[in-house]
This record gives sequence, C-alpha cells and structure tokens, in this order.
Amino acid sequence: MPADILLRAEGVSRHFGGLVAVDDVSLALVRNEVHAVIGTNGAGKSTLVNVLAGELSASGGRVQLLGRDVTRWPQPRRARAGLGRSYQRTTIFPRASVFENCRLAAQAHAQNALDWWSDAKTCGESTKLAERAIEQAGLAAQTHRTAGTLSHGQKRQLEIAMCLATAPAVLLLDEPLAGMGPEETDRMLQLLSMLKPAHAILLVEHDMDAVFRIADHITVMVNGAVLASGEPAAIRANADVQSAYLGEAPESAVPAPVV
Amino acid sequence: MRTLRSSASVAPLAAALIALAAFPYVGGKFYVDLVLTTMILSIFALSLELLVGNTGLVSFGHAAFFGIGAYATALLTPSANAPSLAWLLPAVLVIAGLAAAAIGALSLRTRGVYFIMVTLAFAQMAYYVFHDTKLAGGSDGMYLYVKPVLAIGGFTLVDLGNSRTFYYATLAALALVFALLATIGRSRFGHALAGIRANEQRMRAVGFSTYSYKLAAFVLGGALAGIAGFLHAVKDGFVNPEILAWHQSGAVLLMLILGGIGSLRGAVLGAFIFVLLKELFQSEVLFGGFARHWQLPLGLTIIACVALMPNGVVAVPAQLRRLRAPVAHAG
Repeated sequence: MPADILLRAEGVSRHFGGLVAVDDVSLALVRNEVHAVIGTNGAGKSTLVNVLAGELSASGGRVQLLGRDVTRWPQPRRARAGLGRSYQRTTIFPRASVFENCRLAAQAHAQNALDWWSDAKTCGESTKLAERAIEQAGLAAQTHRTAGTLSHGQKRQLEIAMCLATAPAVLLLDEPLAGMGPEETDRMLQLLSMLKPAHAILLVEHDMDAVFRIADHITVMVNGAVLASGEPAAIRANADVQSAYLGEAPESAVPAPVV
Repeated sequence: MRTLRSSASVAPLAAALIALAAFPYVGGKFYVDLVLTTMILSIFALSLELLVGNTGLVSFGHAAFFGIGAYATALLTPSANAPSLAWLLPAVLVIAGLAAAAIGALSLRTRGVYFIMVTLAFAQMAYYVFHDTKLAGGSDGMYLYVKPVLAIGGFTLVDLGNSRTFYYATLAALALVFALLATIGRSRFGHALAGIRANEQRMRAVGFSTYSYKLAAFVLGGALAGIAGFLHAVKDGFVNPEILAWHQSGAVLLMLILGGIGSLRGAVLGAFIFVLLKELFQSEVLFGGFARHWQLPLGLTIIACVALMPNGVVAVPAQLRRLRAPVAHAG
C-alpha cells in the first residue's frame, strides 16, 4: 500500500500573521482513491490545496510527492513533477479554443528554451497530450470551440482537462462541482470515477451528497485543523463531525475567525 | 489570445515594404529623413510590443534600453577610424540585453502598477547616470565622428555613413525585427507569453516557471530597443540624455496605444502616426507661433484618437464592420 501513496502531507501548517489557516494537517493521497476534504467556509481547505500545490509555502511540516520531498519546490516544478490542480474559480483562457487551452497546458511538458521559432501547432508531443485530455474529459465534440462560449459545466470540465493535459499523477480539485446543476454534477462525478484508477485525487467540495457518493476517504477540517479523517461511513457516524458540521447549518457551526 | 487569431493576408505588409523601399527615389530629403526616424522608432515600438502586447508587461522605462544602446554605440565608436559593424552591433545588443537582464531581474519581482513604477524608476536612474556624471559628456551629450562600416578584406560592403545605405540598413533591420517577433508570436515561447498575459497563476499551475519566461521576453525586448538606439545614434551622430528620459518611455507607449496594443502592425502604424502628428503640430507654416506649443494639440489629438479608436488604428476595419453590420441586416 505505501508504494501507492502519491502525495503525503506531514504536519503541514500555514500561518498568515497571527491567523493559523492550516494547523498541523497530515494526510496521504493514494492512487485509485478519491480523498475528500470537507469543512465550513474558512476551515482552511483552499489554503491546504494551495500549500500542497506549492502556490503558498508551508509555515511548517513537509510535503512529499511521489516519494520526493517537495516542500521547498515552487509550484511550477511540482506541476512538472506530476501535481495537477484545478481552481475554485474557472481559470481557463476564454479567448482561446478548447484545444489551445489544453495544448498550452501540455506544452509545460514540452518546454524547449532553444526552440524559439517553430510553430507551436507543430509540437507533436503537446498536441497528443492535449487531444487525449480533451477526450478523457468528454469534450471531444467541443475541441475547436472558443473556451469562453462553453456552458458552465463544460468550462469546469475544461478546467479538469487542462490539468490532465499535464499528465499528472495527483489531482487537487478545488470545488469542481461549484455552481453545477444535477446533470452536470453527474457527468463530473462520472469523469472523476473514470480518472480514479490512474490518479490520486484530492477533492475539496461543499456538495455533501456528491462527496458521500464518490469519496473513498474523507477528512473533515475545522479552523484549519483536522477534526476527523476516515472512511465515509465512519465520518457519517462520528459524533464530533455531526455536532460541528454535518448535523447543523454549516455557516453557524463554527465561529468565524476573528481578524 | 492574439497569437490565435487568423493571420490576415501578408499583402499589406508586402505593399508597405515596397513603399518604404521605393520612398527614397520619390521623396524629398526632408521626408526621407522623417521616414528614417519613424522606422527607427517603429523598431523601438516593436520591441516594447513584445512586452506590453504579447506578455502583458507594461514597462514605463523602455527608453533606458534605447538610450543605453545609443550611448553604447557612441562610447564604443573610436574617434578616428570607422568601427566595424561586425563587432559594434553585437556589442550594443549584448550591453542593452545585459542592462535589461539586470533591470528585469529586479523589476519582474513586482506586478501591475508597481512594475510600471519600478521600471520608470530604473529608467530615471539610467537617465541621471548620463545626465549628472561626466560620462559621455554629461547633459551636453556626445558626438560620433565616424560611422560604422562592414568591410571584408579592405572591400567595404556596407558603409552606414552613406545615407542611402543607412536607409536600407534601417529598413532591413525593421523587417528582420518584425519577422522575428511574428515568428516568436507563433512559437511555443510566444504562446506561453500570451498565456502569462491572460492568466499567470494558471500558467504556473500547469508547470511554467513564468518568471524565466518574462525575463527572457524582457531581455529580448531590451536588446531590440538597443538596436533602435544604435540606429538612432548612427543616424544623428549625436546622443544626449534626453533619449533616456521618461517622456521617451511615455511616447513609445503612446505609439502602441495609437496603433493598437497586441498587434505588430499596430506598433509600426502607431510610430508613423505619432511622428506625423508631432511633425504636423510642430509646423510653423501651418500653425505659426502656436507651433511652439505643439504638445497641447498633440495631446488633445491623442486623447481623441483613444476615445474614438479604443483598440487602436489596426482595429478600425473591425470597428467599421461592426458599425455597418446592423445596416446590412436592415437592408
């Protein structure tokens, strides 16, 4: 089993001045598992994703990616080593085609500092990666559409496709279901199940139905720290989780941090 | 992304090239000189377009590299024997590129309005180095007494002292810089720069070390501005600190805005329009004593141009099509 731990966080913390946004969080992302992180707004979920992705540096603790300590690596280097992430807000390039969005993402793997003249379109490696990612994300019929004209659900799919185009081993998905209708949610969950066998997936999500449908492992965060972590059935039965989060209205369950 | 728009026909470019090549045979000396100035400024504007239009880096200190290129030319030119182009031009490129590497390495750590102010501050520092020290004649500037040549075995191939030769050398430089930037725009490097302009955070998340890309663009832009500075110094045979001043950085930004940011043609057109407007309002024949106050009408005209053509002159055909579209529907 340990061989299949693709990403491991050990005692990861992140402080903003006096505010502890992420407090001593440890977790392991395993291939063929969807690991959901839930918690109220302000619980530190997105900050955790940012620290794991390298967008924010950790104030303490270590991050291991594919067995290597990447705690001090900047985000682009982690991305090239196999860490893909999507954003809560859609961050596609709206004026480019679906294909060009993915080709550009794939190009991160085919960087060549000495080749300043060949046409980007002739780069076979990135073209192949992009086509495969579009196919996997179920956007093949939209390949040549301008990204800005896609529906909301398709934009979210493209967000994932851009991740896939970088051929990642680990996917950090920050609220991929945000703002989606039931049908779009179904399609996205199908996509995640399909990606599961080859990837370790971290899913930050507010939609509890979806989380309990797809997650193999759930970590509950409160005030930056892990309240509970375990299989969905155990989490559902956990009294602390119920009182802090699941049973009551999420917004009122945890007092807002004093700034 | 700009690099993805279908490339318009090359016919207008070929026509412009032929017109510029034929101009010395039909235009008077004054006008040929004016076109020469404009071509040099076009190279300068193109070098900034790589930063502003392609990469989204609004540098307000680009005159520093134009000035450093010009001063390097003046300082490296011996007082008697003509220097060889074969070493002088590469030396100027390297010096301007190194200056851009140093300034870029520091200023690219900032973003947005801070980047604008930091580049401005560095350019002003360069200005005061040449203005307030004895180096290269201080505020008086310095002359170049001989112009570079390219000779092989005693046979002179290119003599930039010859005004006709210099005109065509400048035109060739403009064409080469344009072609280089067009090629880069289509390349993977250019696409990555366009991605950085659109969403740098996203580019980092997929694995681009965006700082290196921006620095490479900044160095290339600085080196190309150095070529414009080199041509300026050789043309006038004189350099003074005013070519590094902030209004020079502002003028080249205005050229891009007039022509249309995000377009190489726009940069060249903007340079032509800017020079023509300036020449027009400085004309005592037309405006008499008021010509001394040429900045006022120039400023007002630029404001009017930006208000009427928010995307620059290159976008006017598209703007007209949009205006006409509803009429076509009604008909």
